[in-house]
Amino acid sequence: MSGRILHLRNVKVSFDTTDGTVEAVKGVSLHVNAGETVAIVGQSGSGKSQLMMAAMGLLAPNGSATGTADYRGANLLSISKSRLNGIRGAKITMIFQEPMTSLDPLYTIGDQLSEPIRKHQRLGAAQARARAIEMLRLVHIPEPERRMGSYPHEMSGGQRQRVMIAMALANNPDLLIADEPTTALDVTIQAEMLELMASLQQRFGMGMVFITHDLNIVRRIAHRVYVMRHGEVVEEGGTAELFANPKHAYTRALLEAEPAGRKPPAAPHARKMIDATDVRVTFRIGGGFLSGPPLELRAVDRVSMTLRQGQTIGIVGESGSGKSTFARAVLRLLPSEGTISFENRPIQNLTRGEMRPLRRELQIVLQDPFGSLSPRMTAGQIVTEGLLVHEPSMSRAERDRRAAQALEQVQLDPSLRNRYPHEFSGGQRQRIAIARAIILKPKVVVLDEPTSALDRQVQKQIVDLLRDLQQANNLSYLFISHDLAVVRAMADHIMVMKDGRMVEQGTPEEVMEHPREDYTRRLMAAAFAR
Amino acid sequence: MLRYVLRRLLTAIPTLFVIVTISFFLMRAAPGGPFNQEKGLNPVIKANLERVFHLDQPLWKQYLLYLNNLIHGDFGPSYNLPDFTVAELFADSLPISIQLGGSALVLALLLGGILGIIAALHQNKPADYAVIATATAGSTVPTFVIAPLFQLFFALTLKWFPVGGWGDGALVNKVGPVLTLMLPQLAIVARLMRGSMIESLRSHHIRTARALGLSDYSVVIRHALRGALLPIISYAGPAAAALLTGSIIVETIFSIPGVGRYFVEGALNRDYTLVMGTVVVIAVFTIVFNLIVDILYAVVDPRVRYD
Repeated sequence: MSGRILHLRNVKVSFDTTDGTVEAVKGVSLHVNAGETVAIVGQSGSGKSQLMMAAMGLLAPNGSATGTADYRGANLLSISKSRLNGIRGAKITMIFQEPMTSLDPLYTIGDQLSEPIRKHQRLGAAQARARAIEMLRLVHIPEPERRMGSYPHEMSGGQRQRVMIAMALANNPDLLIADEPTTALDVTIQAEMLELMASLQQRFGMGMVFITHDLNIVRRIAHRVYVMRHGEVVEEGGTAELFANPKHAYTRALLEAEPAGRKPPAAPHARKMIDATDVRVTFRIGGGFLSGPPLELRAVDRVSMTLRQGQTIGIVGESGSGKSTFARAVLRLLPSEGTISFENRPIQNLTRGEMRPLRRELQIVLQDPFGSLSPRMTAGQIVTEGLLVHEPSMSRAERDRRAAQALEQVQLDPSLRNRYPHEFSGGQRQRIAIARAIILKPKVVVLDEPTSALDRQVQKQIVDLLRDLQQANNLSYLFISHDLAVVRAMADHIMVMKDGRMVEQGTPEEVMEHPREDYTRRLMAAAFAR
Repeated sequence: MLRYVLRRLLTAIPTLFVIVTISFFLMRAAPGGPFNQEKGLNPVIKANLERVFHLDQPLWKQYLLYLNNLIHGDFGPSYNLPDFTVAELFADSLPISIQLGGSALVLALLLGGILGIIAALHQNKPADYAVIATATAGSTVPTFVIAPLFQLFFALTLKWFPVGGWGDGALVNKVGPVLTLMLPQLAIVARLMRGSMIESLRSHHIRTARALGLSDYSVVIRHALRGALLPIISYAGPAAAALLTGSIIVETIFSIPGVGRYFVEGALNRDYTLVMGTVVVIAVFTIVFNLIVDILYAVVDPRVRYD
């Protein structure tokens, strides 16, 4: 048992809420050996994060944990705060999902890196600084000396996550707990990050707990896997066995939730719905009274596209590549240059008023199912709001009937339509957003990362739903995603964007199996690596 | 940064000009004048007075005359206190109001800040409820109730402090007005601080700091408090401008010769120059404190850049 660094026994986590006590973790036991990578997988809400938060003493003030979390003879759940503060950050460290917000925006990278080094290793300022620079170099931050003086907002998400890793490893920990550390990052950066973590793990010989919902990552890096559901471990075992021979029905469902299938291509000479040529979008930053001319930023640079009836064009690329900006420009939600026509009618120069009747035919569904629904309107009101604009003469009863019908189409119980958004799950909210778009019987729908915020299983249901709706209503989709597996299942044509330009396009087979551009190859390698 | 400050000071000039112009004509639009008294002044004397103060000139001429004097730093004479110029009145009274208001503000920020932090650290526990209850009481009981209660209890019954008067700035004379001015501010600061501290403590980078094993002091003071200060700073700016330019209620109740009463007295007596002077002083304070707020913002938060 000497190699066992962390051993959780019968850990229960509960939260006191206004609705009474909620049990998030219901008696979980697991262990991690030195040098081993253990993955904890499960959907959001399965309690996988809260379990490790409890072990680190990081539960919210209304949370409490029972059981034992044994680290080299000390029960982390019951030792004093000062002893716990001697262990966490030094011997056991944790990195989190949100690279953009996990660093303190008000202090420099150097300050934040040095503080725990000085505390745990009792080093002076100069020595701590040297160690911090060494760590930045280790996580491949270019020009580490200069970067020490940077603030988090001056760095990209990937760089911030590297800094987080540097902070976590600076004191040579025995165990690193990583809570979805790559989920918020682009696939190419995700791949680099996983490689980096694997190499650092080997170098330091530490154990690693990897909390994730992404089975692809588990397959690549974990030795052993715990599958959690509703606060309990339903299955555990070696990664290879578990993937080859899942015993529990839930594990099988998780494995089968990978998006599958292909979309049959639309007829090659189907009606042109949208024809966009040389679309350019330029943002102007700053400028004004006494401060000189504004800085110009070309967000979309000469991108052309033809979207036909029944077709789905997938737009892929990293964040900042201009995918969403291009789609918004096509819908005339952003000012742009170039020519755009809808059903062979030029719409580039129409005024807001002239665009309004066309709006019902051009709908959009956004990524964030939490932010894109008004919290002060019921599901029914949200879904029918567009009808108030486009069919003002419609009677209340008829509107209600249409709302029920639209909710049925997205497989939501229409009797729930008087509830408010916060009473729905993420997947249900995304269904409401889709119902809001299709109730107007649109011809073109822009889907901007509609599944990215959802768990794999829910994602699969939404993909199926979108495909069914497309077939039934002969819709054209512009599908934006950084998740190539979903794009492969949805699109019959793919555009790859980088730095505002389209670098490659073609059928999914052409782009994914035989990419011509180096950039596309890297993107595919990162997304589908085994 | 220096360029930014200069630019802000330059843009203050047109702002002040607009404020002065609007106030000037609004004041003149009100019926009556400085020499319309109940008994009625001898018409000859009245005409003489009006000639001396240029009130017989067309309005636009008076306006240009006032602007010209103002640019040369001359606020003009007071109509109702003819022995003094407006500048002299301010020279005597403004320092008093600044002392009282400044002390009240500093105390409110310190005590309110500490109470707010304590409440946030013990959210939904007795200490928190106690602070919220105090803050609610502090912001709902009006000044004109607190001040007499203070006089009744501490001055008349316990005889710790004088009932009123400035006493050439003796400390005992200041306690009452400062406490009365401070209480409502303290209540607001404590509530603001509690809210923004709770939010700050919930943020992801605080979780990171805890996960790194940093001490409570570092987590709460170094990391959480600094981020929580921003809303307090933006409140303190306008509050400072209001407090330092005096309070009619507190100064009247405690018989303090501060600047606060001039605004109301001046307006009631149509003492045009006095009202205009007060307007200019308050406007300048407001502009300056808003600028200080923006500079402090950039000092606390490196993401704020003005160039």
